[in-house]
Amino acid sequence: MSVDADTVRKVAKLARIAVQEHEVEPFARELSGILDWVEQLQEVDVTGVEPMTSAVPMRLKRREDKITDGNRRDDILANAPESREGFFAVPKVVE
Amino acid sequence: MTDLTSLTIADARYKLRAKEFSAADLAEAFLATGEPGDALNAWCEKTPDLAREQAQAADARLAAGEAPSLCGIPLGIKDLFCTKGVRSQAGSNILKDFEPPYESTVTSNLWAEGAVMLGKLSMDEFAMGSSNETACYGPVVSPWRRRGDDAKLTPGGSSGGSAAALAAGQAMATTGTDTGGSIRQPAAFTGLVGLKPTWGRCSRWGIVAFASSLDQAGPFTRTVRDAAIMLQAMASVDEKDSTSADIPVPDYEAALTGDIKGKRIGIPKEYTVDGMSAEITKFWEQGADHLRAQGAEIVEISLPHTKYALPAYYILSPAECSSNLARYDGVRYGQRAELAQGDGITEMYEKTRAEGFGDEVKRRIMIGTYVLSAGYYDAYYTRAQKVRRLINRDFEQAFGEVDAILTPTTPSPAFGLGEKSDPLDMYLQDIFTVTVNMAGLPGISVPAGLSSDGLPLGLQLIGKAFDEASLLNTAHALETALGFNATPERWW
Repeated sequence: MSVDADTVRKVAKLARIAVQEHEVEPFARELSGILDWVEQLQEVDVTGVEPMTSAVPMRLKRREDKITDGNRRDDILANAPESREGFFAVPKVVE
Repeated sequence: MTDLTSLTIADARYKLRAKEFSAADLAEAFLATGEPGDALNAWCEKTPDLAREQAQAADARLAAGEAPSLCGIPLGIKDLFCTKGVRSQAGSNILKDFEPPYESTVTSNLWAEGAVMLGKLSMDEFAMGSSNETACYGPVVSPWRRRGDDAKLTPGGSSGGSAAALAAGQAMATTGTDTGGSIRQPAAFTGLVGLKPTWGRCSRWGIVAFASSLDQAGPFTRTVRDAAIMLQAMASVDEKDSTSADIPVPDYEAALTGDIKGKRIGIPKEYTVDGMSAEITKFWEQGADHLRAQGAEIVEISLPHTKYALPAYYILSPAECSSNLARYDGVRYGQRAELAQGDGITEMYEKTRAEGFGDEVKRRIMIGTYVLSAGYYDAYYTRAQKVRRLINRDFEQAFGEVDAILTPTTPSPAFGLGEKSDPLDMYLQDIFTVTVNMAGLPGISVPAGLSSDGLPLGLQLIGKAFDEASLLNTAHALETALGFNATPERWW
């Protein structure tokens, strides 16, 4: 099995997803299944192949650096689970 | 009066202009069908007030004699599209009750053309799934059943609500998105036409992102002509999406001449796989015969890296998903978990994401996080990007000798809800469709016929990048020859 319980805990931590102890083993099994299956890519000879980074060949467009939208504080805060005095509110970050 | 809910867009357009009925009549006929939580469960929200308002405006345009093709046409919109002031949750609890203060470019384009929104359609959570079973609204049930069997079947996914609603006559056309097959597979399962345009043809602005280098919006329709009409309205060059292609949108409907004489159609030998139903092979051969009979030349081609498309996709799409979904943190929108005394910001992130995401989404975020993490990046992510280049090269070489490629859309017809519990087994659903997303090409599924137990099967045509016009024309010729006109027997 390529993914063990510790790896699941580590990856979940990196992904900021709380994983209960009883979920660790099933995730390890499922993630291993998927990663073992993608191992077949090792058969492919990729020597000298450039990674493909865009689905169609294109140059990213450039535009003038000017403001096109703004002054929408209330729209932006409208869906926030918690906001206060025009700011997003979160639990205390610094002790 | 004919049953308004069974009309095509092209028919309704003519009849609306001929004043046989009004846009308001049409909207009412559809509003009377399909509700969230009903037997099909295709809708997550209906928007009757908005529909009536838009229908009234459409009638005014019709009366003034300046009605575009979609004027007064009632549509259902996949939950992945942000619609202003209308809940848009991407099928996820983490976006519960999210009401966007803006409208996606694709839906803005549709409303500008006079289309009428009936409501939002269910989908797999964040478009991750092939059966619509990962939706936070519960599974969507297909209106199709096996002959003499009342087992509930999947309409496919991720755009399962879009497929089920249209197949059941609850909308005249619907929108979907396709990252690995999420338009074409459900279209094949429900006897519809499903089009995934070239990546960059439709703006992605305002569509909740899953895997940005693969996602593309497209229509579900009853006919290829309707797909041409819908794409015409959906496609645009958009300043808000810097990857939307700066290529003019041609007149797609005008391209539907039905003349495919001299076109070269490729049949890729790698698309014959184990476990494929004998029936789909038969339809595939028939499809090729039909195209040949209309003057096309059928050519065997090779796409040697086909079998690596799916594993490469299951590295690249989770990698992109883990980045895109990092924004769901319980701060700016959506749900925040209940916190315990003393919980800090990290606990808030971890609990919110644990509660808000379903298992399949968590699996993909974790796979993506793993393959992008230090020490694994090159072995997985970079290698998958290289394999993607090879898949793309296969298509480039093939399109040096052919104009389009004909394949089955799926290896088999729709399966039962709850039948596939292994994630890998579900991933294999996209075996014939995912290659097209990897290469950014346009693909369309056209209904081919019914299996022996009465379920639809589809054939896929793949075209050259940004040549949807000629792809639609070939699909139109194929559709005419196949003459599929079955509809599900009403039980819901």
